[in-house]
Amino acid sequence: MSFRERLQSWRYNLVPDHLVGEILTKRWTDNAIPFLALVVTLATFGSIIPGFLKLTSLQESTRQLGEFSMVVTGMTVVMLGGGIDLSVGSIFALSCFSAVYVFFILEQSIWLALAASLAAGLVFGAFNGYLVGYLRLRAFLTTLVTFIFGRALFDILVTTYAADVQLSTATSDVLDFIGDSTFWGLSVSVWLAIILAIVTHIALTRSRPGWHVLAVGGSRRSAHNAGIRVRRTVFMTYVFSGFCASIGGFLIACRLSGAGPGTGLNLEIMALTAAVVGGVSLGGGRGSVIKGLMGAIIVLTMTNGLIRLGYGTGTNQMVLGIMLAVAVTIDIRWLKNRHKVLNEVYVAPVYLRMGATQSAVPGSGTPYELDNRLSAADHIGLGELEGPEDVILDRDDNLYCGTRHGEIVRFFAPDYVRSEVFAHIGGFPLGLAFDKSGNLISCVGAMGLYSVSSDREVKRLSAETSRSWTSIVDDARLRDPNDCDIAPDGRIYFTDSTKRYDAHDWALDSIENRATGRLLVYDPKNGSTKTLLDGYRYTNGVCMAHDGKSLFFAESWACRVHRYWLEGPKAGTAECVIRDMPGYPDNINRASDGNYWMAWLGMRTPSFDLSLRHPDMRKRMTRRLPQDEWLFPNINTGGVVKFNEKGGIIEAMGDLTGGAHPMVTSMREHKGFLFVGGILNNRIGRYKISGADPNWTSPASYWGAKS
Amino acid sequence: MNTIGWPNFRSLNQEGIVFAIAVVLFVAAAIGLPGFIDPNNLVAIVRSVSVLGILALGMAVVIIGRGIDLSAVAIMAMSVAWYLQLLNSGTPDGLAFAYVLAGVLAIGLLNGFLVAYADVPAIFVTLATGSFVFGYVRSQLITQDAVPVPQGHWVELLGGLRFLDIPIEVFVFAGLAFLLFLFLRYTKWGRYIYFAGDNPVAARNIGIPVRPMLVLRYVLSAFVALIAGLLTAASLHSINTRVVNSTLLYDIVLVAVIGGIGLSGGRGGVRNVLVGAALIGILLNAMTIIDIPLLYQNLIKAAILLGAIIVDGIINPRDEQTAQQGDI
Repeated sequence: MSFRERLQSWRYNLVPDHLVGEILTKRWTDNAIPFLALVVTLATFGSIIPGFLKLTSLQESTRQLGEFSMVVTGMTVVMLGGGIDLSVGSIFALSCFSAVYVFFILEQSIWLALAASLAAGLVFGAFNGYLVGYLRLRAFLTTLVTFIFGRALFDILVTTYAADVQLSTATSDVLDFIGDSTFWGLSVSVWLAIILAIVTHIALTRSRPGWHVLAVGGSRRSAHNAGIRVRRTVFMTYVFSGFCASIGGFLIACRLSGAGPGTGLNLEIMALTAAVVGGVSLGGGRGSVIKGLMGAIIVLTMTNGLIRLGYGTGTNQMVLGIMLAVAVTIDIRWLKNRHKVLNEVYVAPVYLRMGATQSAVPGSGTPYELDNRLSAADHIGLGELEGPEDVILDRDDNLYCGTRHGEIVRFFAPDYVRSEVFAHIGGFPLGLAFDKSGNLISCVGAMGLYSVSSDREVKRLSAETSRSWTSIVDDARLRDPNDCDIAPDGRIYFTDSTKRYDAHDWALDSIENRATGRLLVYDPKNGSTKTLLDGYRYTNGVCMAHDGKSLFFAESWACRVHRYWLEGPKAGTAECVIRDMPGYPDNINRASDGNYWMAWLGMRTPSFDLSLRHPDMRKRMTRRLPQDEWLFPNINTGGVVKFNEKGGIIEAMGDLTGGAHPMVTSMREHKGFLFVGGILNNRIGRYKISGADPNWTSPASYWGAKS
Repeated sequence: MNTIGWPNFRSLNQEGIVFAIAVVLFVAAAIGLPGFIDPNNLVAIVRSVSVLGILALGMAVVIIGRGIDLSAVAIMAMSVAWYLQLLNSGTPDGLAFAYVLAGVLAIGLLNGFLVAYADVPAIFVTLATGSFVFGYVRSQLITQDAVPVPQGHWVELLGGLRFLDIPIEVFVFAGLAFLLFLFLRYTKWGRYIYFAGDNPVAARNIGIPVRPMLVLRYVLSAFVALIAGLLTAASLHSINTRVVNSTLLYDIVLVAVIGGIGLSGGRGGVRNVLVGAALIGILLNAMTIIDIPLLYQNLIKAAILLGAIIVDGIINPRDEQTAQQGDI
């Protein structure tokens, strides 16, 4: 190995590039940035301002937080619905004034003040909602103007009645209680804010109106087409925002026992910044109340911290401006580019040097040399089938295969002309096997391990295995169950080819070449699924040895076949029995003469083998070239290979004309014939094997003669 | 359009209505208000809307290109405040002006870059930069809210300049309006702004450099704001940064929108700004003569703006098919 290659192998096999992509697929990465910002903010101000995190100082600032976070909660809901509400500051101020007016000037009860406060907020919110929801005006400008309007009104009212409020002698225990008292260290406003946040969160995530808000924000047109009353939903979000702001206004009225020109000033830009910094998406549909609250804490900590640090007038606006610009930009860029970045970084190829192989060229004199024998096969279901990955025959000689439409098709013996859909499972049924009682077991690509009884009842056996602690991608899910076989004791051994790609993205897995294939076992006794082996390059075909004490399984991208021992001294271990084949192995099945058939789905090429030694090149390729121009395994030529128990190759056959069976993914011997399937083929082939036992059948070989 | 029996609303467009209202208001004020028709008062009206009109010209270019610039007032006040602060602290005039010009252009570029290349909605970008500009200059660069013009400085002399007894800013406004009119109507680049505002994707497809031109518009708007700021300082002999938190910004939008420049872009021109400015100028002057307190004036202006936006929304309804998700 040259020095360059050694460096490449270290670089690409030891540095876990693939984790970046796996982390990016996680939904929680949306929350990670605001959360990190929150921690950093709190840590920074906590460390540079002595006593910032002390209880008394917290009580004072959290009081403000209670009122502010309510406003942010309302703003969050509006933004989730695809709008924006800049008038929250005005609503807040007017509600505060309403409460003050009713309580101090009219000297009514505090509850009437609350009612007035709420009424002011709801009416104002409904006004916004009507303009934006029903008249469909632009949310930003409209609420900006209603904000100016409300502010102008408030300024007039406050200057007119300020003196009267000062002279008022009205007092109330309830008011003092709401304004001043604390429970377990937190003031009433904080408790109310928490309750409001919880209720809103539950409503958004667990109730029909909440889902409607998210649906409208996510895609207005689709929501409309789905029958959601878009305009009413938008209207309600503004009413809710008005409601939230009015409670905030009422609380500040209680706390300050008055309203001044500064009430609610700059609140709209603060609330907007809080929501955006928290990660609530502009344009709607993405975000949560919790995110809004995180943003509220960040913004309030920043502004209060800067005041405490003694920075002068204007600093707040400066910091808010920076935060808003940065957060909005990140939000837009993130939303726009997340999937692009993901596409770019998800494929993380590794270095692999494939061993030298023997030739399969006709006339080369190796055991692997291919010929044209399969082109002579009869065809079954030509043009009716799409993608018979695996084929199998039952005791009555009927032929079964899966199709890419998610069906299992049955061809009736003896001529295999008539067919029917035996069962519809969904996904892409791949490997097939019959168990002792005649149930058809199938590995369904992208779904899991399924069983179809003889009276066509479909049952899911397994769709997950245990989650490993160190994996970032969810490796409990079976993404690409590929082939299965059944041990004499009824346990089903099956492979899951890759943890990182869905079944149809097998080409990406081959380009990445990361060893994430597994061998699993399903135990029908207790329904459990266990991972036996992990870390193979695309585990594929599985076949129980004739004595049932071991099994063979294929490792496609490494061109190897392994033997896994179920019993005996080597039980639980695997050994490689065939290595460095010239073709990529697929399914393996028993042959009548005590040997095994193995399908080759494609052939190795020097160019792809070379590219496996250049992970950097493959990475660039997937990033910069369109998919059509990628280099990946040649699947235009395949074949069928027979090997013995020790791994010795007996013969190989193929269809070099490419006319009938260019690639083979499965073959099944039955009464002297070999039935051949291919995942990209449109037929099943039937090939007469010379010298084969004309009475041998696979069900009998597994489960004994018909009883 | 309008082939199915509807009355032709086009002949009854917003600009015409507003112009008619302005004329009616003018006549009513001339008859009903003592001293309104006095030449000095008329000059005062024109003068009072000059700065507003200049800012509205900058805003108009941005709005026609389907954007909005909420940082205009902050740039106007803060750039001049910084300039005067630099002068007062003894920085050479040329150097100070170079600093300020660079700062103004930088903010314009930042606005344009974020809108054009980062695809951030203009309202958020300019709201944020406006807040930042005010906060940064106020907290870092100047020491008090109002900064006076140094004695004998050219800005002060500018304020005293008269031609035919009409103050200089009126001519600046007229000149800028005329230049902008020529630019928008008769130059290729001017027409491109309409195309880009009407349908940015189509404009891009036919090869118009939509993004660089977007940047240019925000730079232009920032530059116009600087001119307006200098004229303000010239006539008042100082600049008060509190103007940023006043309703001036909304007055600018009001002038543009009420004149009939559609917020969805691609429509309107200099004439609309003039009509809008005329109406607002007459209105403000009349309210001042009637002695309506400033707070109530704000309320009235806000109500008018609200009405204008509602009318704009009805006349130029948003097309649900082409409206982008998140276009708020």
